[in-house]
Amino acid sequence: MSQVTLIIDGKPITVEEGTYLYDAMRELGIEVPAPCRYPFLAPRPVCRLCVCEIYEGEGPSKIVTSCNYPVKNGMVVHTDSQIAKEARKTALINLIQRCAPNRTLAELSLDMDISHPEWGHEHCTCIFCKLCIRACDELVGAHALSFQKMGKDDTTPIKLDAEKCIMCGACAFVCPTEHIKMEDDCDRALSHRDLRLGPNAAITLSFRQAVPNVPRIHAEDCIHFAIGGCEVCSEVCPKECIHYDDQDKIEEFDVGAVIVASGFNDFDPSVMKQYGYGKLPNVVTALEFEKMNNAAGPTGGKIVMENGREPRSIAILHCVGSRDQNHHKYCSRVCCMYSLKFAHLVKEKTDAEVYQFYIDMRAAGKGYEEFYQRILDEGANIIRGKGAEIVGCSRDRCKEGNLLVRCEDTLIGKFREVPVDMVILSTALEARKDAKELAHTLNISTGADGWFIEAHPKLGPVSTTTDGIFLAGVCQGPKDIPDTVAQGGAAAAQAMKLMNSGEVLLDAAYAVIEDSLCSGCRICNGLCPYSAITYDENTKISHVNAAMCKACGTCVAACPSAAISARHFTDDQIYAQLEAILS
Amino acid sequence: MPKPKLAVYWAASCGGCDIAILDIEAKILDVADFFDLVLWPCAADFKYKDVEALPDKSITLTLFNGAIRSDENLHIARMLREKSVVMVAFGSCASDGCIPGLANLYSLDEIMDYSYKSAPSMESGTKTMPQPKTQVEEGELTIPTLWNTVRTLAQCVDVDYYIPGCPPQSDQIAAVIGAVIDILKNNKPLPPKGTVLGATEKSCCDECPRERNVKKIREFHRPYEIIPDPNICLLEQGIVCCGPATRGGCGAKCVTANMACRGCYGVPPGVRDQGAKMVSAIASVVDSTDPEEIEEIMKGIADPVGTFYRFTLADSFLRRTQK
Repeated sequence: MSQVTLIIDGKPITVEEGTYLYDAMRELGIEVPAPCRYPFLAPRPVCRLCVCEIYEGEGPSKIVTSCNYPVKNGMVVHTDSQIAKEARKTALINLIQRCAPNRTLAELSLDMDISHPEWGHEHCTCIFCKLCIRACDELVGAHALSFQKMGKDDTTPIKLDAEKCIMCGACAFVCPTEHIKMEDDCDRALSHRDLRLGPNAAITLSFRQAVPNVPRIHAEDCIHFAIGGCEVCSEVCPKECIHYDDQDKIEEFDVGAVIVASGFNDFDPSVMKQYGYGKLPNVVTALEFEKMNNAAGPTGGKIVMENGREPRSIAILHCVGSRDQNHHKYCSRVCCMYSLKFAHLVKEKTDAEVYQFYIDMRAAGKGYEEFYQRILDEGANIIRGKGAEIVGCSRDRCKEGNLLVRCEDTLIGKFREVPVDMVILSTALEARKDAKELAHTLNISTGADGWFIEAHPKLGPVSTTTDGIFLAGVCQGPKDIPDTVAQGGAAAAQAMKLMNSGEVLLDAAYAVIEDSLCSGCRICNGLCPYSAITYDENTKISHVNAAMCKACGTCVAACPSAAISARHFTDDQIYAQLEAILS
Repeated sequence: MPKPKLAVYWAASCGGCDIAILDIEAKILDVADFFDLVLWPCAADFKYKDVEALPDKSITLTLFNGAIRSDENLHIARMLREKSVVMVAFGSCASDGCIPGLANLYSLDEIMDYSYKSAPSMESGTKTMPQPKTQVEEGELTIPTLWNTVRTLAQCVDVDYYIPGCPPQSDQIAAVIGAVIDILKNNKPLPPKGTVLGATEKSCCDECPRERNVKKIREFHRPYEIIPDPNICLLEQGIVCCGPATRGGCGAKCVTANMACRGCYGVPPGVRDQGAKMVSAIASVVDSTDPEEIEEIMKGIADPVGTFYRFTLADSFLRRTQK
């Protein structure tokens, strides 16, 4: 594409042919107001505030809208000449005469010395730029907005089809006069969503220290993946790094040992309706509170309520989902101590009162009991009684002191109601939802609660019934960080031991498939609890991997053609024994 | 040099094995040409007394089909054993007991009572029972007495070789006869005693052209209940196919015709009890751990004994029911 040279306000510039004059001006740092322009939509001059005076070749000057006027070679442009200024002022007065007072136009009128703007409408701040409708149609693709006829008392010419609206907020984002607004039902400075560990936008960096530090698209939140529009991220990316058709890839690795450290899921307290999690403001889970305390988190480490103010009192409810016959019967083990830590953090950062609602205080471990005593000394209120219910008690959901925690104080034998600003739910650790699936893949087992089962509670606490697969951390059962680190170390040592020796000692007892007898019926294929049997597609027969076989005999019994024999326990041996007994 | 002598006999059988021998087409001429036929009740008229008059070990080859369930069956079996060099249990009845062997599920009294009295097809009123001895004007007539238990040939006399199948496939019969002629003509050594001839060492699955996958069965069907996919293992589709526990050699004819293997070629090498193996295999691949659900799935198998022991009950560990 050929280059053209022009002069703007006396400064020469060379740009590509076809560039709009507005963009050439911006390259020189010359700004003219253009509220009806949005960089990802084709220019469509409505406001006419971007007008400039230009000279092309011979003849008198012209007034053009710079946002959609292509540059020409030798063109001379004046953005600030008297004629241009007058034209811009006229355009602004035109806009003012058709709409209600709004900040954008008010600021522009100040800039252009219009001391008493005569607003032409009482209610409607729309300047009819159509950006909202075009964004909804062309970028989002939801087609939810259109113009409608407007009478004198109507507030908006924009008609919303609520069925089609996906609540993306693009219209509010592009609106130059804040005519369209997204409103929360109360004015929150912080929402539950901000505190979640997951993404808060459709394209995010995983976390600030992520390596590689590149953004990822979360398809479930992305407009493009929902209805095929938008693609704004790909337009703004100068390096063309956005690939919507990228897929997850499965990589295969040959490894000598596997350490399972798949962790846990946080119990979702919204199933316990009595706590109102997700419904009542300022009821947060322990992990969300932890994120709030993170100096790199959404609040910069400050403990604040949704309205942005510091709470005056905080309740911490222990055993939410654990030690509970309706949910998890086990003790999650870590909650008592982190709840005490929260009390300490609150005392350190704020002047708030802290109320701990507990069943039993389990402070077993080095230094833990001492820490408990320290928290008592710091003045936390410790109430022995499980939090029974949290209710909102104010008409204004976002007012302080809105929450009332009810419980039975078992030490004084009284029913208590404690008004607080914020509640932290110390949620149970629970086995990952995909634990059973993973266990099936790895041929290890899970207990009734879903935690992986170790080979032996005392003698094999990090190994599993499958050789070469070890467990570390909470995936085996709730445990705190010191225990997790210790188990991780032990698992690593076990794996190293296995790999360093370079060879494994096998038991002589294992099952063998006689090639000449196997006809590949594949009855045995799905039976092996240790995945030792593989089917060879080429020879059409199955094989037992002696290193994986534990000689359980399941396949031997199942083999309908007696092609599989257990080396230590053959049919002939059994018949001989039977005959000896019966003779 | 006199021709080697050949005897073919039927005991408790349907006659299908004899037809299968005739079914080897033009090769039957080689048989007639090479052998001197001394007994074949199904095809030609010979007298027992002529055979009884032969010296011991004068018949080179006896193909004995049919199970042993009467004094007459046993008498002829013993007589042919004495007269023959090589005694072959020919077909499923002689080898494994086959369909006649299913009589072992009942006592002789039950069978006689049903067959001659209570069966719906019996004319009511007459209730005529066969008698071992009947007096007529010319003298006393006798018929052989049936046994309470059906036996295989090997349970009664010494058997050298087995040819399985109900009936044995004609191409396999032709191949065995060809091999016998070759051995006799060229004075070659005989295969080891007890060898199963005219069959393979692998199971029927080896010859089955269907695609096989890891098996997970959630429902069993009888053949008339579904139209099975012609390209996928029938067992995977819930049709009980005994192919995995059945010796190959038949060419997987049934499964090729979209019908499950019924197990007529008997046990594969190393297996002592076909039905038990089949039950064990099927129980392993039922895809459930809930006892009630398993019970429900297993109800889909009508007549388990008749399905899994159709051909081998008389030769199995069960052998017969005890009341």
